[in-house]
Amino acid sequence: MTLQRTPLYAAHQKLGGKLIEFGGWEMPVQYTSITDEHLAVRSAAGIFDISHMGEVFVGGPGAEAFLNRTLTNDVRKLAPGQGQYTLMCNARGGVVDDLYAYRMNATDFLLIINASRIAPDVAWLEAANAGAAELRDLSGQLGAVAIQGPNVAKFIDTALPGSACAGREVAKISDLKKNEIGVFVFDYATIYVGRTGYTGEDGFEVIAPAEKIEAVWNRLLAAGQPFGLKPAGLGARDTLRTEVCYPLYGHELDEETTPIEAGVGFFVALDKGEFTGRSVLAEQKATGPKKRLVAFKMTEKSAPPRPHYPIHVHGQAVGQVVSGTQSPSLGLGIGMGYVPPEFAQPDTRLGIEIRGKLAPAVVVKKPIYKR
Amino acid sequence: MSNVPSDLKYTKSHEWVRVAGDVATVGITDHAQHELTDVVFVELPAVGRVVKAGEAAAVVESVKTASDIYAPVSGEVLEINPQVVDQPALVNTDPHAAGWFFKIKLSAPAELAGLLSPADYLQQIGG
Repeated sequence: MTLQRTPLYAAHQKLGGKLIEFGGWEMPVQYTSITDEHLAVRSAAGIFDISHMGEVFVGGPGAEAFLNRTLTNDVRKLAPGQGQYTLMCNARGGVVDDLYAYRMNATDFLLIINASRIAPDVAWLEAANAGAAELRDLSGQLGAVAIQGPNVAKFIDTALPGSACAGREVAKISDLKKNEIGVFVFDYATIYVGRTGYTGEDGFEVIAPAEKIEAVWNRLLAAGQPFGLKPAGLGARDTLRTEVCYPLYGHELDEETTPIEAGVGFFVALDKGEFTGRSVLAEQKATGPKKRLVAFKMTEKSAPPRPHYPIHVHGQAVGQVVSGTQSPSLGLGIGMGYVPPEFAQPDTRLGIEIRGKLAPAVVVKKPIYKR
Repeated sequence: MSNVPSDLKYTKSHEWVRVAGDVATVGITDHAQHELTDVVFVELPAVGRVVKAGEAAAVVESVKTASDIYAPVSGEVLEINPQVVDQPALVNTDPHAAGWFFKIKLSAPAELAGLLSPADYLQQIGG
């Protein structure tokens, strides 16, 4: 299979990014070092290419009802220019994808979906839609960047000046509140800016036409330089999201795992009426799931935990690590994994099997890292 | 641009070997540490373990991945470097000296002839 490249491919090469395969895409894993890029995001700012992610516009008078019977959260709670984390489940309650849904106005919505799930998601949405709403998959025509970190709000308005013309109609980008989105003009093109991210830090995601995204990237890099902005790769994106326990599709989430099991039941609005997967999720919420996602920290010096390592309790294998790494912020091994619910309480002692030997760990409350 | 010292021998799997008498000191190359970046953990073989050339003898972990380190030559592990276990970052900062991994007493010195010269290794890494 040929790997897909984002419109920022040349920019990554110019910056010396080390390119790897990710979900069918050739993406930078790092430019200098995962640790440096991670710490830049925690202490100053980082910019990520997220052009591989998908954008699907859902519009028309049937859009709201369609989304509310297809996604787990309640889009009726969204005012124009507001977004929410949500999930799309199959009839078994398993996760087809986790995504962000933004309401642009009374009838139009924008869905931001995972890169590796664009094809299955669009097929799923089209089958569920059956003509009720207008669906447009613009993933191939749009690029996107995420700028994340405590310093981002100090330079975003310089980099991308001007007031919003739609969505949340703010005078400048930094007036957006968390989970709000505005439509702005950049070089005669329409761009979407949402105050959200995947790192646990303040920040924004900027979506622009593919042919404009390199100009957006360069503008942000230049404006952010005095504020410590660094380009950051997927390696840092993964360690940052693991520290704050954000799920990654294919690790914490898949079609055989429910949002309740994954600990994101807060984003399942059981009270909103019928939606795909509802009956299974309602029953699971009432009776309790058979497995639960836990976060853990290593308690002694050890090799970092990695996906698929067995998790032991009292010398018995009870589950598996789904995400694991060395935490650059904490300087120790951290991870998430699935265990039976009786072992999901914080302070439960775990053994992580690393190359045939058990390394001690302890279940901790999510998130593992807090500012 | 990677540093490839001229007094060492190399393997295709990016270990370096420094030979003194019948003892070989082993570590990973500057090129390898550069590819790994952020070394956070090193696991070394037990002293006294007898390894065969090409056998996985140690593990080095970066933030991103775990990589096996292979014994470039056969023999008994004589000594390991406790400093690199305490401070894995030495692999990044001083790969050819303070970041050494282990020493092997050569049981088949003829194997040394099969290792790469600095020039061959430089060519392999596209230097």
